Amino acid sequence: MVIKVEALDLGYEDRQVLTALNFQVNQGEFVGILGPNGSGKSTLLLALSGLLTPQRGRIVIRSEPLGELPSRLRAQILAVVPQTTEVRFPFSCFEIVLMGRYPHRRRLGTLTDVDLIGALKSMRRTTTVHLKERTITEISGGECQRVVVARALAQEPEILLLDEATSSLDVRKKLEIFGILKYLNETRGLTVLCAMHDLNLAALYCRRLMFVKDGRIVVDGPTDQVFTPEILAQVYDTTMEVVWHPDHQRPYAVMLPLSPEDVDPEEAEAPQEAVSS
Amino acid sequence: MTANSLPAVDLDRGADLAEARSRHQQGARRFTIALILLGLGLVLSVVLATGIGRMDVSWSTIAAVALNKLGIHTGAVNRTTDVVIWDIRLSRVILSGLVGAALAVAGVIFQGILLNPLADPFTIGVSTGAAFGVAVLIMAGVGGSFLGLSPLPLGALLGALGALAAVLMMSREGGRLRKETLILAGIVVATFLAALISLIKSVDEESLSAIVFWIMGSFSGRGWIHVGFLLPYLAVGLFLAALYHRELDIMALGEEQSHHLGVAVSRVRLNLLIGASLLTAGAVSVSGVIGFVGLVVPHLVRVLSGPSHGRLLALSAVAGALILIWSDVLARVILSSGQELPVGVVTALLGGPFFFYLLKSRRSRGIW
Repeated sequence: MVIKVEALDLGYEDRQVLTALNFQVNQGEFVGILGPNGSGKSTLLLALSGLLTPQRGRIVIRSEPLGELPSRLRAQILAVVPQTTEVRFPFSCFEIVLMGRYPHRRRLGTLTDVDLIGALKSMRRTTTVHLKERTITEISGGECQRVVVARALAQEPEILLLDEATSSLDVRKKLEIFGILKYLNETRGLTVLCAMHDLNLAALYCRRLMFVKDGRIVVDGPTDQVFTPEILAQVYDTTMEVVWHPDHQRPYAVMLPLSPEDVDPEEAEAPQEAVSS
Repeated sequence: MTANSLPAVDLDRGADLAEARSRHQQGARRFTIALILLGLGLVLSVVLATGIGRMDVSWSTIAAVALNKLGIHTGAVNRTTDVVIWDIRLSRVILSGLVGAALAVAGVIFQGILLNPLADPFTIGVSTGAAFGVAVLIMAGVGGSFLGLSPLPLGALLGALGALAAVLMMSREGGRLRKETLILAGIVVATFLAALISLIKSVDEESLSAIVFWIMGSFSGRGWIHVGFLLPYLAVGLFLAALYHRELDIMALGEEQSHHLGVAVSRVRLNLLIGASLLTAGAVSVSGVIGFVGLVVPHLVRVLSGPSHGRLLALSAVAGALILIWSDVLARVILSSGQELPVGVVTALLGGPFFFYLLKSRRSRGIW
């Protein structure tokens, strides 16, 4: 397995977010991490990327404890695409993607053809080649996100972590990014873990789903088995129907309006809040 | 091709690679030209600045002195002229150039890792910390030099690191550095330490001008020995900056992204902060606190070099040297009475309005 999580407690100074997590991810899996807002999806990814030190328990990447991996080696194995990326310096998009080669480059070495090809290839994959000479500060948020995905691919990682990486993109761009992930997952054995809100996108691409709620992983299993109205209702406190697409054999969640008794009468004046919580 | 097909990823290896290479070289060529031009300007400035002063000397005399030093005798040069040109003027010009380079590079580093366009050795209190360190040593009667090394830069370094630690602690909230608080904390620390320096000097019965020297900076009466004091600090500081220039690029994207890309953030940041403090300490221990060089030069150079730190560092070093050499010339000659101005007054007078213009101009807003 490439990721092994044992008795993991995660949290910040004043509060614990996730408790006693145990799971393994094998090489080549495509895992969606789902759950309501504030359930700890991002916290889990933060810990898996090595940014958040666990309060208890441990994370093992391949056979090494995550905390003991040297930074460069860690970045050769593991790449991260965050939800948003703010860059204030006017680097060209090509320079940004080339930064993905950092963990592979020698300290004082010059740019090699391998680096240039790696960067170009990942830009082509993400259809960002035309942005090469534009500066990262002047392109749109969606374009920026694709450039960051290109940078992550340039790291040539074995594991890719995505935190709501496509939330700000339109349907086409979402499908493009996930299409690339699927392709790399199937042909190169890239392990993908993505935290997401879009249930149907998850059902379409992830083969395994992990539902996080109230500080625990409540359900973890193959998408076809766990993407059920019962489990979705339990996790999201919302009644949904699940239908199967006749041609693609993928499940879809169909949202239904909340019934009046689902909306807390005390919050009736602010129905939007009630719906989104 | 169906509507949902994936983009083709086949690379036209030769052509694409050639294009990427040529883009890369194009940037490199522009940088090389800029560096050569600035370098020539620097050499020319050293000669010109050596020729300017109260005692009139002809260019041929300067050439004769220089050739004499190289062991080529082209005619007798009287002793006074030799001392004025070589030991007084040239040493001072070289020193001001080196200090300018040190301050500019320190400014680039501070701005890069603190992600703050207003950071420089002066605004974050590091310069004044260094000056305080030196003042304490002088008060304690520690001075002189051993093997060409003086304890004063060491005192400056301790003062610089102390001030930096204090400022970083004050601007840290919940484990994160508050960019807005950083400069405020810097100003508080600098003002407090400047007051302490004044206090030390008054207790120590020194003249007011000596206080001004440390607080406004000056190269008055400095010579080769001070160049010697500065060099080791400059060398180590520049080495650290050069070693980590690629990390500086990545760290400009922030802590999280640097971590994801494989930069050992804490270690690299610590080494760079030490490098910038060494540069500041070396500079302050020979010239006092000179503001605005480390602030303005990196902004000026960014317009030319773009955000890439390798180029930014190299060009900033040369541009910093140029600017401080000419600021010091102005400080020497601007008053008709023959009195000298502290060079920090000149840099503040030039740098203040210029920085205001930078802040207001669209261009700089694009850069930050």
